[in-house]
Amino acid sequence: MLAKEVKTGIHFINGDEACCEGAIAAGCRFFAGYPITPATEVAEAMSRRLPEIGGIYIQMEDEIASMAAILGASWGGVKSMTSTSGPGFSLMMENIGLGVCTETPCVVCNVQRAGPSTGLPTAVAQGDMMQARWGSHGHYEIIALAPSSPQEMFDFTIRAFNLSEYFRIPVLLMADEVVGHMNERVVIPREEEIEIINRRKPTVPREDYLPYEADPDGIAPMATCGEGYRVHVTGLTHDERGYPVMDAKTQEKMVSRLVGKIRNNRDKIISTKNLYLDDADVVVVSYGITARSAMQAVSNARKEGIKAGMVKLETVWPFPEELIRSLAPQTNAMIMAEINGGQMVLELERAACGACPVSLVSNFGGSILHPNLIANAISKMAKGKT
Amino acid sequence: MTTAKAQKSVPPHPMDSLLRTERIPHIWCPGCGIGTVFSAVLAAIKNTGWDPDDIAMVSGIGCTGRMAGYIRLDSFHTTHGRALPFATGLKLAKPETKIIVVSGDGDLFAIGGNHFIHAARRNMDITVVCVNNLNYGMTGGQQAPSTPLGAKTTTTVNGSPEEPFNFCNLAASCGATYVARWTAMQVRSLRSSIGEALHKRGFSFVEVVTPCPSSFGRRNRMGTALEMLKFYHGRSVIRSDIDPKDATMDIDREIVVGKFVDIERPTFMDHYERINRAKMPQWLSMHPDHQKTR
Amino acid sequence: MPDKREKHVLITGFGGQGIVMAGDILGKAATLFDSKHATMAQNYGPEARGGACSSQVIISGEEILFPCVEEPDILVCMSQEAYTRNVKSLKPEGTLIWDTDLVHTKKADMQYKTFHIPATRFAEELGGKMMANIVMLGFVSAVEPLVHTDALKKAVLDSVPPATKDQNLRAYTKGREYGLSIIKGTIKQEQAKHQE
Repeated sequence: MLAKEVKTGIHFINGDEACCEGAIAAGCRFFAGYPITPATEVAEAMSRRLPEIGGIYIQMEDEIASMAAILGASWGGVKSMTSTSGPGFSLMMENIGLGVCTETPCVVCNVQRAGPSTGLPTAVAQGDMMQARWGSHGHYEIIALAPSSPQEMFDFTIRAFNLSEYFRIPVLLMADEVVGHMNERVVIPREEEIEIINRRKPTVPREDYLPYEADPDGIAPMATCGEGYRVHVTGLTHDERGYPVMDAKTQEKMVSRLVGKIRNNRDKIISTKNLYLDDADVVVVSYGITARSAMQAVSNARKEGIKAGMVKLETVWPFPEELIRSLAPQTNAMIMAEINGGQMVLELERAACGACPVSLVSNFGGSILHPNLIANAISKMAKGKT
Repeated sequence: MTTAKAQKSVPPHPMDSLLRTERIPHIWCPGCGIGTVFSAVLAAIKNTGWDPDDIAMVSGIGCTGRMAGYIRLDSFHTTHGRALPFATGLKLAKPETKIIVVSGDGDLFAIGGNHFIHAARRNMDITVVCVNNLNYGMTGGQQAPSTPLGAKTTTTVNGSPEEPFNFCNLAASCGATYVARWTAMQVRSLRSSIGEALHKRGFSFVEVVTPCPSSFGRRNRMGTALEMLKFYHGRSVIRSDIDPKDATMDIDREIVVGKFVDIERPTFMDHYERINRAKMPQWLSMHPDHQKTR
Repeated sequence: MPDKREKHVLITGFGGQGIVMAGDILGKAATLFDSKHATMAQNYGPEARGGACSSQVIISGEEILFPCVEEPDILVCMSQEAYTRNVKSLKPEGTLIWDTDLVHTKKADMQYKTFHIPATRFAEELGGKMMANIVMLGFVSAVEPLVHTDALKKAVLDSVPPATKDQNLRAYTKGREYGLSIIKGTIKQEQAKHQE
């Protein structure tokens, strides 16, 4: 008898396990990985679950190989995923770039821990946010999501697969140690209630198919290995045929489309949860585990009569710059709360464009931000002090 | 335009059906041994009689890596050193596809060395053809893990102070099920070895010692491409079925060629299916098209 | 009206005592069998291999945002080190619970509401000291009811290996009955072992 693919019901599980269940519910059937705290539980869960539903789990020799293997599997027509943390994420960067350039759908879960280097392997941080955005060389756009709870680990993993399949791009799930290791209620809906998006397939005859000729929305239908299209896939700059062409014109055309398919579809990608923005004097922006502390601080501030509001970034990349640009002039101040020395705050400042003061509440990792720290910043900013 | 006209005047080649002819001429230097290896690969593939849609080529970076761009198969030109892990993912996702990895000595054994030993250990069902030209050709001739002790490259102008790998011995000791070495002159043996390797279940490995006249040959005063070919051929001695550790690869002494390993060993998939049998339903369910309709 | 406030519980001991499992069962009881909210975060690290170990459980009638237990309402100590390290964090009106045989308390700490049980000894008598965590949960369910007792019992049965269900149920019941008798005053707790 087959094991259940979608474990419909209410569970009390940690974020890493919820990520595994989300992946499987999304149709992921291939996982290649390498153990690393605090992401090991994703791999462990996958190694238990995939064989029982006909999928493959393989432990590779390192994270470079893991990333390469999931790209290979995706070209084999299978939804694929890996998970890691800081040091492994660094090793994956080159092949994340290959995934972007060859437009290969796949999901990379980074359960962030404190760095630099080996840092604090068992303790929380959000220090890889800019690495997520710019970590692979060259200019590109990426999609990254930041879950705040085990429930969101489940929900956002499904969304990550849907986005990656739709936009043909590696999607990064930027979790953190606390979300990964914390147990909480996770509600898994019935299979038919879960929206699943699969990659667009070519509809033209084989002889007319150009693997990198995009539809009007910038996304090219994807033929995979063994379907008779005899695709050529390369990380070199290539034309619509997928063939390397070594000139500036082709580079301009290819990168414009890779960047454009994300930039021009921001409205389909960006998702935020907004609280009390209508009359907010001070807006806290946060994501991942820190968003929970921020939400606590904002709700405490409201109880004290301070008009605080909140933007919880569900997608962190692309950054919701239109939303911030429209909020900034109506707001006295904005605060970014995050566990790093100040990364997403740079985006907040850029998007606020000087229309309101922007400040940062942060630590360098090791523990999550206390709501009181954020609350203090809110009351300070509310009084007009920066 | 003149090129296009010139191309049109070229008579059809028997291997055209396996070539992306619109991409010819290729980038390889005159006299390079890769062309010979490429045609041996094409001939071996053709001889199998398999449907080309069921064969895929994966390569890494370097001169040899460009083969994937000229062959009319599903072909994947990946990052430097990562052809094998990419091929591993592809193979596991599509076990019915025959996968051939072609790459150079630097790609497979320096930057990709760790992947090579693990792919061989797991006995991934993949055929690897390694073009060993004793240096990094694409970037102008730098030292490689195959560069002979004392040989000159652009990064070892006084001679290489390192001893090279013996790739066949390495492959055998890591668990490869088929291991052979030929020089680019021994085309018939090479073609038949690649054919045997393709038919072999498991990790099969064929090394080809080829001239790189533009870089390695020039710096080490080895003469023309033909002279290099003859030199390697002259140094070669056929000793099939000997212990791979005795399969010397030393251009100053002897280049032992032949088939050194041809054994049966369960593949990764054999073990995976056996161990998880109680739990495994059919493989097809991996593919979204065959997953339950939602 | 049910108490919606957050209850913060810190279960502490050393690796191998099932500390995290105890936290997991408590959280499961609240979320799966008692329609409450719960979070369970674990502190581990290099010390997880036999060293100090703790699980932080928050149970609430409402959604929990900040998942860290800083000043627990209830502190459960299953080792001397865990007691020494954590007792200062307990809220002044908090409850201190410990394993009688494994912890020597300070007399000064008797200001708290205190309960202790020889959980490990009872577990050994019932067939194995690995059930000490389950005896302790049964005890906690009697002296500090955080969730409906049926919920906790269900969560225990849901969490232990099927072949050990009966044994674990006996362990749970032993702890619970011991706790109930203390509350009712039908038995007196053993003399606590104090440090000098």
